Amino acid sequence: MTDFTPTEMMTIAAARALSNDDVCFVGIGAPSAACNVARLTHAPDITLIYESGTIGTKPDVLPLSIGDGELCDTALFTVSVPEMFRYWLQGGRITTGFLGGAQIDRFANLNTTVVGPYDHPKVRLPGGGGAPEIASNCGRIFITMALTKRGFVERLPFVTSMGHGEGGNHRERLGLSTSGPTRVITDLCILEPDPETKELTVVSMHPGIARDQIAGNCGWPIKFAETVIETPAPTETELVVLRDINARTKKAHGAAGKEAA
Amino acid sequence: MARIVSLAEAVEENVRDGDTVAMEGFTHLIPYAAGHEMIRQGRTDLFLVRMTPDILYDQLIGVGAARGMKFSWGGNPGVGSLHRFRDAVENQWPRPIEIEEHSHAAMANAYEAGAANLPFAAFRGYIGADLPKVNLNIGSVTCPFTGEVLAAVPAIRPDVTIIHAQRADRKGNVLIEGIVGVQKEAVLAARRSIVTVEEIVDELDPPSPNSVVLPGWAVTAVAHVPGGAFPSYAHGYYPRSNAFYIRWDEIARDRETFTAWIRENVLAAKPEDFARHAAKTAAKVA
Repeated sequence: MTDFTPTEMMTIAAARALSNDDVCFVGIGAPSAACNVARLTHAPDITLIYESGTIGTKPDVLPLSIGDGELCDTALFTVSVPEMFRYWLQGGRITTGFLGGAQIDRFANLNTTVVGPYDHPKVRLPGGGGAPEIASNCGRIFITMALTKRGFVERLPFVTSMGHGEGGNHRERLGLSTSGPTRVITDLCILEPDPETKELTVVSMHPGIARDQIAGNCGWPIKFAETVIETPAPTETELVVLRDINARTKKAHGAAGKEAA
Repeated sequence: MARIVSLAEAVEENVRDGDTVAMEGFTHLIPYAAGHEMIRQGRTDLFLVRMTPDILYDQLIGVGAARGMKFSWGGNPGVGSLHRFRDAVENQWPRPIEIEEHSHAAMANAYEAGAANLPFAAFRGYIGADLPKVNLNIGSVTCPFTGEVLAAVPAIRPDVTIIHAQRADRKGNVLIEGIVGVQKEAVLAARRSIVTVEEIVDELDPPSPNSVVLPGWAVTAVAHVPGGAFPSYAHGYYPRSNAFYIRWDEIARDRETFTAWIRENVLAAKPEDFARHAAKTAAKVA
């Protein structure tokens, strides 16, 4: 087996969470890489949707933004942004939303808005974009982000999009019938909400990763499931597909720059 | 009926100090040339509206043209922060900025309500999220038929909306193709509108009876500005300069490099300078 980086393991583990039947609302960055690796390996018929309105897109290179021309050129069709959010997302047509975030708490609530108080933020982040309604309207949510103390925090300064709220049946109490976050894929391990408390719990550790490494990178005392398995290492095919698309992407974005200069 | 005028005239006649200005284009067809013209003409105290205020609004905020901004995602897509926006919010430089923050779903619904001449939009949103706690323009409404409580936001009704499109004919009928975003709604929601276009043609020839067309009688002014969406892109004309978006991070990080960039590339430039980005690349056009 070839060597692989923690980020490669994260992307590949995230890709494996998706199936051929998914209709997936794709966030930019790490989720976008994972979704396209899934499409190019075990889920060739997956429907990938980006919030810019592109439906059934099959990009050859990863987009830098959620609206790169590549997405529209390779889509089955492209709709307006109001139609995207009203008919397809709010209409309940999306099985899976794939999100990243700046910060997450133990109930998989996400913050991409501010660090510090809202009125006088220490760091002003980009904001929610589509996330608040993706989080509530998709059938289920996957989240992928690196496990760090800065990212996995005891208390969020701001809840941009709701995961399991205060835990337990909080989603149901707010009238939500969708599942919310069902899996969080990091560079060290995979977490899933406990069936009762909804607290994120380690269910799978990536090869070569120790428990104290995971605990040391998490901002709250992290729990491990009764049975924790080892994430299967990336296969040769998965690695080749991921590295190829990354190389194509790097080349394409660099080339576009030269042309424009 | 739309008047076909120069970009300078279009901005002079239609954008006033203090206006609520929506400039739309969802990563695609972003009206950069028009934004630069507003900076050159020294428009100020603007209340800017845009779902994804990327580099264009970073520039307008950085020169101090904005008193406020209504938005749903303020970043440099795939790159990171908007440093001028952050400097304004975190350090009030060059002036304090009032922000009204929403989600994409809210903004899209609010534009649609504006286009439909409704006072507000209702949608299923913001559940469990903190934005309603900090934004008084997020309310709720109870469905009279089912009793369901839905999120409500006021319709967006800009004084002027500015967009970029592929082409117009000599009557000012406009065709938009590719990722069409929320531009049609934004134009129809506004009192006045400016459309900059890559080409002005004798016959519009929409490729399909269902093409997105804004008729000349629903548009105030059309200006011919080839390349006017650079460094975003125009489907069928030129690609997005992802390299420039990446480079902007360095330019905007520092107040002095930003100011120097504006001086050289905006204040000392003119709309025709965008034409060098307009080389029509037929590749990849469906």
